[in-house]
Amino acid sequence: MNTWSWDYVGEIMPQLLEGLWITVQATILGSLVAFALGLVWALALRSPVRWLTWPVSAVVEFIRNTPLLVQLFFLFFVLPSWGVTFGPLTTGVIGLGLHYSTYTAEVYRAGIDAVPAGQWEAATALSLPRRRTWTAVILPQAFRRVVPALGNYVIAMFKDTPMLSAITVGDMLFQANSIGATTFDYMEPITMVGILFIVISYPTSLLLRALERRLVR
Amino acid sequence: MSADSTPSKETANPAVDGSELIRFDHVTKRFGTNTVLDSLDFTVSSGKHVTLIGPSGSGKTTILRLLMTLLKPDEGTIKVGGQYLTHEEKGGKLVPAGEKHTREVRKNIGMVFQQFNLFPNMKVLRNITEAPVHVLGLSKDEAEERARGLLDLVGLTEHIDKYPTQLSGGQQQRVAIARALAMRPQVLLLDEVTSALDPELVAGVLDVLRDIAHTTDITMLCVTHEMNFARDISDDVLMFDAGRVIESGSPEKIFTEPEHERTREFLSAVL
Repeated sequence: MNTWSWDYVGEIMPQLLEGLWITVQATILGSLVAFALGLVWALALRSPVRWLTWPVSAVVEFIRNTPLLVQLFFLFFVLPSWGVTFGPLTTGVIGLGLHYSTYTAEVYRAGIDAVPAGQWEAATALSLPRRRTWTAVILPQAFRRVVPALGNYVIAMFKDTPMLSAITVGDMLFQANSIGATTFDYMEPITMVGILFIVISYPTSLLLRALERRLVR
Repeated sequence: MSADSTPSKETANPAVDGSELIRFDHVTKRFGTNTVLDSLDFTVSSGKHVTLIGPSGSGKTTILRLLMTLLKPDEGTIKVGGQYLTHEEKGGKLVPAGEKHTREVRKNIGMVFQQFNLFPNMKVLRNITEAPVHVLGLSKDEAEERARGLLDLVGLTEHIDKYPTQLSGGQQQRVAIARALAMRPQVLLLDEVTSALDPELVAGVLDVLRDIAHTTDITMLCVTHEMNFARDISDDVLMFDAGRVIESGSPEKIFTEPEHERTREFLSAVL
C-alpha cells in the first residue's frame, strides 16, 4: 500500500485547482441557467392557457425524471449527429442548468403559492396591472422565501459537477483521473478532490443557513 | 385638481348629489351549494355612509368582495356610478366584462381589509405611492406629496420610511387606509377593519375613519362589529340575514327601535 505523500499533493495541486476553477464556473453558470429557466417554467405552468401548460409540464416532468448523466450524454454524443455541437463546458452548463431548472421551477412554484392571497387581493383592490403585480408585489416576496431552497440546489449541483468529467469537461475529478492515469497513484488526487469539495460546500451551506435566518423572520 | 392629499370635497367625488352610486340588481352568489346572497337588491347613494350588520355568514363581506371584483356574482348585475362592474353592453346585449372595462370601473373603489394586506416588501411611502404612480400615472413627486398628506391625516408621518412589519397592527391599518385613499376612490369599502387589532389599538383606527367620514364626501360601505362606530358614522344601517336585507334605516331607528325580531336578537347579542 502506498503511503500518503504531501510532496505529491503539492505537485498535483495546481492541476486540481485548475479543475476546481472549471467546476466553480460550471456551477455558477449552470445555476444562472437553472434560476432563469426555472422561473420561465414556473410562470408558464401557472398560465391559464392550456396549450402552453401541457407541453411545458410534459418537458419538465421528462427532464426531472431522467438521469442527469443520460441527459449529458445525449447533449454531448447524440446532438452532434444532428449537427448541433457545443464544447464540453457549454454542454455541461446547459445540461446542469436544464436539469436543475426542473427543480428550481418547483421551488418557485412553492414560493409563489406561499405569498398570501391577501397580497393578490390588495393588488386587485388597487387595480395594479397584472404585470406590475407580479414584478412589484408577488415575485419580490416569493424570492425571499426561495433563496434558501435555491441555495441548496446550487450546492447539490456543485456536487453533481463530477459527472461532467464523463463528457471530457476538465473539472476536478477529470484532472484527478488523468493524474492517476499517468502516475498510477490515485490516493492523493482523489482524496484531495473530496477534501476540496467539502472545503467549499460546507462553509457555503453554513452561509446559506445564516442567510435563511436573516430572510425568514 | 389640487395636489392637496386630503380627499377634499371637490376632488373626492365629482357628483355628490345623493344620486345613486351603487346598485345591486338581483345579485346571487353561491359557494358550492351554499347560497350566500339570494337575489339581493340594494342601492347606495353617493356620499352616504352605509353599515352592513348581521350575523356572520349572512353575506356582508361577500358584498364588499363582489364590489371589489374579488368575487364574481353567479347571477344579477352590479352597477357603480351608472356603469356595469362585471358586465358590459355590446350590441345591446349584456356580456361578461373584459379586464379593461372592469379595471376602469373598479378604479372608483378602494378597500381596506381585515388583515391590512400591506405589501411587506415595500416601505410605508411606497405602499401608498405604488398604485397612484402605476395605475393613475402620477409622477413620483406628485404621488409622494399626496402620500405625505395622507400620512399626516392618519397620524403616521414619522413612520414614512419604515417597513410594515416594523409597525403595530393599528398603525399598519392606518397606512392601509391611506393607501386606499391615495387612489381618490368614490367608494371606500371597509371590511371588518378593526377585527384583527388588539383592543387598545381599535380606537386610533376608528378615530381616523370617523375623521374621514365627517370631513369628506367619500361613500363608505362598512362591515363592522363596532356598533358604536356604526352608530357614529352611518347614514344608513342594513341588517342582513341569510343573504337578504331584512331591515334597513337610520342608525337611530335600527339601534333603538328595530322592527324585525332577528334584528333585535342580533343586537342584543352584540351590544
